[in-house]
Parts: sequence; C-alpha cells; structure tokens
Amino acid sequence: MPKPANSPQPENPAQVIIDGAVIENAWRLLPQADDDVEITADSLAPGNVILPYKLWRSLRDDLAERAHEIGVWLDSDESAELLGEDAKSLPLIAVHFPAFADGRGFSTGRLLRERYGFEGELRAVGAFMRDQLTYLRRCGFNAYAYEGQQPLAGLLESLRDFSDSYQAALDQPLPLFRRRGLA
Amino acid sequence: MYRYDDRDRAIISDRVAQYRGQTERYLAGELSEEQFLPLRLQNGLYIQRLAPMLRIAVPYGLLNSTQLRRLARISRDYDKGYAHFTTRQNLQFNWPQLEDVPDILAELAEVEMHSVQTSGNCIRNTTSDPYAGIARDEIADPRPYCELIRQWSTFHPEFAFLPRKFKIAVSGSEQDRAAIRLHDIGVQIVQRGEQIGFQVLVGGGQGRTPVIAEQIREFLPEEDLLSYLEAIVRVYNQLGRRDNKYKARIKILVKALGAEEFGRRVEREWEQIKDGVDRLTPEALAWAKGFFTEPAYQAFDGTASDAALQAQAESDKAFSRWLERNSFPHRVPGYRAIKLSTKPTGVPPGDVTDRQLEAIADLADEFSFGEARVTHDQNAVLADVQQDRLLELWQAARKHGFATPNIGTLTDMICCPGGDYCSLANAKSIPVAEAIQRKFDDLDYLYDLGDLNLNISGCMNACGHHHVGHIGILGVDKKGEEFYQVQLGGSSSENASLAKVLGPSFSRAEVPEVIGKILDIYVSQRQPEELFIDTYNRIGLQPFKESVYAKAS
Repeated sequence: MPKPANSPQPENPAQVIIDGAVIENAWRLLPQADDDVEITADSLAPGNVILPYKLWRSLRDDLAERAHEIGVWLDSDESAELLGEDAKSLPLIAVHFPAFADGRGFSTGRLLRERYGFEGELRAVGAFMRDQLTYLRRCGFNAYAYEGQQPLAGLLESLRDFSDSYQAALDQPLPLFRRRGLA
Repeated sequence: MYRYDDRDRAIISDRVAQYRGQTERYLAGELSEEQFLPLRLQNGLYIQRLAPMLRIAVPYGLLNSTQLRRLARISRDYDKGYAHFTTRQNLQFNWPQLEDVPDILAELAEVEMHSVQTSGNCIRNTTSDPYAGIARDEIADPRPYCELIRQWSTFHPEFAFLPRKFKIAVSGSEQDRAAIRLHDIGVQIVQRGEQIGFQVLVGGGQGRTPVIAEQIREFLPEEDLLSYLEAIVRVYNQLGRRDNKYKARIKILVKALGAEEFGRRVEREWEQIKDGVDRLTPEALAWAKGFFTEPAYQAFDGTASDAALQAQAESDKAFSRWLERNSFPHRVPGYRAIKLSTKPTGVPPGDVTDRQLEAIADLADEFSFGEARVTHDQNAVLADVQQDRLLELWQAARKHGFATPNIGTLTDMICCPGGDYCSLANAKSIPVAEAIQRKFDDLDYLYDLGDLNLNISGCMNACGHHHVGHIGILGVDKKGEEFYQVQLGGSSSENASLAKVLGPSFSRAEVPEVIGKILDIYVSQRQPEELFIDTYNRIGLQPFKESVYAKAS
C-alpha cells in the first residue's frame, strides 16, 4: 500500500526521556524522503542520526565505519522482522507511532527485544500519548521522543501508572499466575 | 466466583487513580476532546445523545449479592435509579456525570469491580454460557478459562490499541449458548480422551459485515490457551487494517487472507512463544478452577423432587407456565436454574431499577448461594435453586416484576437502546419492541409459537444482534425517516446462520402487522414439533415474502 504523500513524520524534539530522566536529544532523525531526493553516505552530516528503514538498508554498507552513530526508525507498517538479526548490531532503534491509536509499534518494540535480542536504546517517536507510557515501557521502550505538551518532567510519573501487572512483559519476566505463590 | 487478592486490588486501585488523573487533566483543559476520547472509552465511558453512558464490566456475567447492592446504590446516587443489562453480560448506567465517574470507579473497586476495557479498540469482556458450571451437557466449566483470559487481557501492554474492538467468548458445551461463532475469537471446550482442550474459531462478528467464525485449530491443549490467544491477537495487531474502521475487525483480515493462511500465520507466531512463561502451569489451572467449585448442594432424591415439583405445577397454571419457560435443568438432582425476565411489556429490554437490582441480590442470597448472572439476552439467572423452593421463589420474583413467563419466546427480545439514547442509531428500537409485545400479549399464543428469537437493532452496527435473530429487525434511515428492515433465519447457536433480508423496509407502525403475517405463515406451514427456525430452514424465505408483500385484493 503506497503511503499518502503527507503521511505524518516523526519530529525531533529538543529533549527526550531516557531511562526515566529528561535529557537533551542527542540524535537527529531524518524523515522519509521522496524518491527523487538523493541522500548518500557522503552527504550525511557527521553525528548521531536515525535513518528511515529503507534509507538505512540502502546505505548501511557505505556507513559501516559509522555504525555506532547510525540508528534506524521503523514506521508503523514496518515490522521488527525486517530488521531481524540485524537489530542486535544497532545502537538505537526508533519505532514510529503516526497516531496514538496505531498500536502496531507496541508489538514491534516487544519483538525487537524479546525475539531479536535488541539491547540498545529503543525509542518511541511520533504521536503517542502520555497515557501510553506505561504500556510502551512494558513493551521494551526505554526512550521517548514526546511531541506533546512540555515540560517532560510532568510525564515521568505516567511511566509508573501501575504497581503490578497480570502479564509478563519486558519489565516483568513472569505473568502474575506464576507469581501468586501457588502451591 | 473469582475473588481479588491484594495484587488484583492494587491493579484496580492504580487504575482508579490513573483515571481520576486523566479526568482532572481533561476538566482542566490539559487534554483535548480528541485525546481524552480513547482514555474514557477504554474505561467504558461514552458520550451519548442525552448524557454520558458508563459501561461496567461484569466478567462473564457473574455477580454476587454485594456487587448487586453496590450497583443499585450507584444507580441511585449517581444516576436515575436504574441500569441496563447488555448483550456482553455487562451493565450500563445511562445518566452519570462525567465528573463523577472516578468516584463511581472507586465505589466499584471496593466490591472488586471496574469498567476496564468495556469499550475502545481493545480486548473486551470475555463472555460465556449463563449456565456455566451447572449445565447437564457441559464438557468442562468455562469460567476458570474466562477468568484467566480476563487477567491476561486486562491492561495487556501490547494490545490496548488494536485496529478495532476485540471480543472473545468461551463455551463449555457443544450446544452453544455463548454465540461463540459471532466473536472475534470463539473458544469451544472439547475433550480428547482424558485431556481438556479447545477448538479455536476466529473471525466471527456482527456489525455491518456479519461473518460466522471459522476454525483455525481443532484441538489446543488446555495449558496453551493464553499463548495461543497472544499469537492470534499479535498477528491481528500487526496485519489488521487501520485505514478504514469498517474494515478493521479481525473478520476482514481473516476473509482477506483466508482462514487457512491466517491460521498458518498464527501457528508460526505461536511456535515461537508456546514454550514461554504464558504456558499455564498445573498449579495455575488448579488455582483458577478452585474459584468455581460446587456450592454446598443438598442431597435430594431427584425423582421424588421432580415428582413433587410436577404436582405443584399441575395445581397452578401460572406457576407451571413460568416453570416451563423460565427454568433450566440442572446437573445436580433436585435443583434448577431460573431466568428472571427483564422483559415485561412496556419496559425497555434489559432495564432494571435500583430496587430490582437489590431484589436480585436478596433472591440470590435467599435462593442461590448469593450469586446471579447477567445473560447475553439481557436477563438474569439464579443458577442454583432448590426445586422444593421454586414456588416460593416464583412468588417473590412476581412481586418484583421478574416473573414474566416469556423466556425464549417472541417477547423476550434482544434490543439495543436505539435512537432514544444512542447517537449512532438510525431509528428507535425500544418503541418497536414495545409495540410487538403489546400486539402479541397472549401467552397461549406465545407458547404455541415456542422458541423464537426476535432481535432489534437501531442501526447497522447490530448491537441488538438482528443478524442472528430468527426474526431480525433493523432500523434504517430513509430520507430522514425511520424505517425498519425485516430479516429472517438468523441464529447464534452452534448451527449459526445469518438472517436474510425479506424485502423493502416498513414504517414503524407497520412492523407488528408484518411480524403477524410472518408468524401466520409459520403456524400454517409448520410440521409437528417444528420450531420457527426449522420451518424457515425447510421452506425458505419465499413463502414469507409472498405473504408479507402480497397486494391487497
């Protein structure tokens, strides 16, 4: 399915939440570009950069020496499986939520962590809501480039809306039925 | 029934605090309408035509008397003194104030209740057989599995923003009283040798595009229930359409891929997770089953008890009618289950007053071990009543307006709130139900017609289940006027079928007359012992059509 020309793109907020703290955003995310805009490994400015998946795929070999400062972002219709085993070698993966109601990214995050062994920074980008932070955290996200109202510090408490949970997830290795102390 | 421990209580009390904060942010203008919408919906709060509507979760329909009394009190303190039983075995309040909802949730939490995921694009209340645990034809009690599903699905971090709402139903017997074939996932308990397991169906649903679910797994071992559900919902979350809300249910995905291919993808996903921590341990299964053990039944001589009841029935025709229509056989000798009808003429189907909720609580305490059940046909069940006390129960139920002996008959309709309340409706449905009840008020005639499901929806979203009524009525908008389409031949049973449209629609005033003509054809064409749906299946739509649309000569 071709994307509409004006499909929403993630922004680059000045600050992000990482591991429960508000810090300066040290990564620059490139939006998806039209096919006629040519970006090459040489034209890419130095520094930490998050490339859209397709661009990363075409440039990855040329960028091998800069691998530590090259992250990838997946759009909501790009599954964790596309990165597969490559995920492990990336320093940062961002997952885009083009709308808060588009919940595909929750599965993507979880699969990157649980199935493909990704241990780097997993960053939620796009239009997710403050009230989704607990779910995002439980699905393995540890970084949030929140585009809504600032200051970010007010959001931190929403990372811990719940003190316990029924399911196993990235924050809790066992479902509650395995933790109730049943004989 | 299931009882919370400290952990369940902590989760629900965290939720009350979270929702209180969200409501405060909304009222302070920090959250826009659009941002607040999914938050309140996941909490069962709709904004209807006249007021908000709050839907309370009643897990698989089960309530104890303490909960019933609390619901009565809430309806009195925060609403207009009545509530509504829904087709998902839940309960709705029609007039709460948005600002009061956090307080209502706090009151519910005190009696181990909540409104989590009763709306929104997430996994909804799991429904089941209202006769779970007592039906004679039951393979295994579905409630422990429903409870495990409830816990697994509650605040599931991966599945709170699915493409569309998601409904699961579990049936413990082959005779399907939970409409599992009309659910996103239908779970049928089956037995292989000594082993309990599940047949898994996917892709059923009503709404604009009714579909009957298809099997993707013939036998799933008991311990694999949750991991398999996780695999299904994960595949759906990733592949379900999100570009058009009318094509976003899992049924559309299953149709697009084909059930076989969809099943293959589920199996492939499941292979990866089936040996993980979601596999149910023997301890967890035993623990869940431990909440649904037998109450302290007395030992009766079944034959003697049946004979005594028979004698009582013979001496009182009204009691006998009630017994025939409103009771259900019990697997324990000397007991029966009783359905309290919420469908006397002139009351919106499923509506109960605060006093009636308290009366159900009293009757449950007095006659049925303190528990009651909400049914998907919007009535209430007392599941464990001694036969030698049925006469007493009947007299008490009559006093509270619950003893209308019409269960399973034409006037025991499933009916959505319709245009009187709902902002989606094209037409009113409650006045249609009432007009039909008024026209067909002769009990002998109703009994002669026998089992007959008439379902009414005020719009194509099908909350009144018109697709699966033996007779279905659908409200439609015709150039700004309310009209009604009539459909025949639907069923939500194990022989599920979708009703077919009879022909052009009718004005509201015409509907009772049209139903009368349809019933006349049935009565004149039926063979001995043949129910309406069987006659329809034998003779088809045509004879009904000819009669209803015949030109007056």
